Amino acid sequence: MTARIGVVCFPGTNCELDALHAVELLGGAGEILWHGDATTKSVDGVIVPGGFAHGDYLRTGAIARFSPVMGAVADFAAAGGPVVGICNGFQVLCEAHLLPGALQKNAGMKFVCDTVDLRVETVTTPLTNRARAGDVLHVPINHFEGNYVCDERTLAALRADDRVVVRYVENPNGSLDDIAGICSEGRNVVGLMPHPERACETILGSDDGAVMIGSLLAAAGAAVTATA
Amino acid sequence: MPVFDAHIEVTHLPGISDPAGATVERALPALGYTNVSQVHIGKTIRLTIDAPDRGAAEAQVKEMCERLLANPVIEAYEVTIT
Repeated sequence: MTARIGVVCFPGTNCELDALHAVELLGGAGEILWHGDATTKSVDGVIVPGGFAHGDYLRTGAIARFSPVMGAVADFAAAGGPVVGICNGFQVLCEAHLLPGALQKNAGMKFVCDTVDLRVETVTTPLTNRARAGDVLHVPINHFEGNYVCDERTLAALRADDRVVVRYVENPNGSLDDIAGICSEGRNVVGLMPHPERACETILGSDDGAVMIGSLLAAAGAAVTATA
Repeated sequence: MPVFDAHIEVTHLPGISDPAGATVERALPALGYTNVSQVHIGKTIRLTIDAPDRGAAEAQVKEMCERLLANPVIEAYEVTIT
């Protein structure tokens, strides 16, 4: 059975079609989860994609967190379902407290749009289960608020529990401990600032993101098999 | 019901970096202001609120700060009701 991936769409989201395209390109089935509907429609995995959810007013993700779909996403995550937040989606998951810490303005107040190298730090997550620890992946970034921050205790816990999923080889935004992506305590919720969905075909400059989206499909597929 | 004015100051928690403050601090010496340090940039939110009394107004504004107006993970807030 094909894994079904729900892609959340808020007013202001703008990467949902990129995410759907990547999912379908890699053999999954994708469908949009509209922010106003309090359901994840029995999907096997969820992507919270990039953009400017609810205009990012007040803080990135601050208002999106209260959209009806987010209650359903929280329930899906609590049941162990794989959830990946990309860029603005990472910010939304932090505001929703599905991931610890927060993303604030880049050091130097510079918007960054570049393709950077990411080092895979752990493979026991739905974003990296098909990668190898130490792999370096060339993936685009495109953000103003990607500077990950948290308190010291949270950082210590992230390190001790192997919850830093990917680090920047060269820190582009001032992010604490070069963090590009982290996972939840249960490891099934992952957030990252880079855009793997934009790097799944060589014509786009890199297909290194395919291993990440492929990992999500594998994690979602495992969920399909378990319930079949 | 009485109407109160609320003034809310949102700042970074100690130990959380403040990229906007740091950038402005680096810019000021270029204008000749070389004696400035500890620049911090936060947010001010003003609103009016109908409440039975000042205590109720303050309690509700603090609840709104916890839930939406501030992010307690990285921000502190101070509420003044008049």
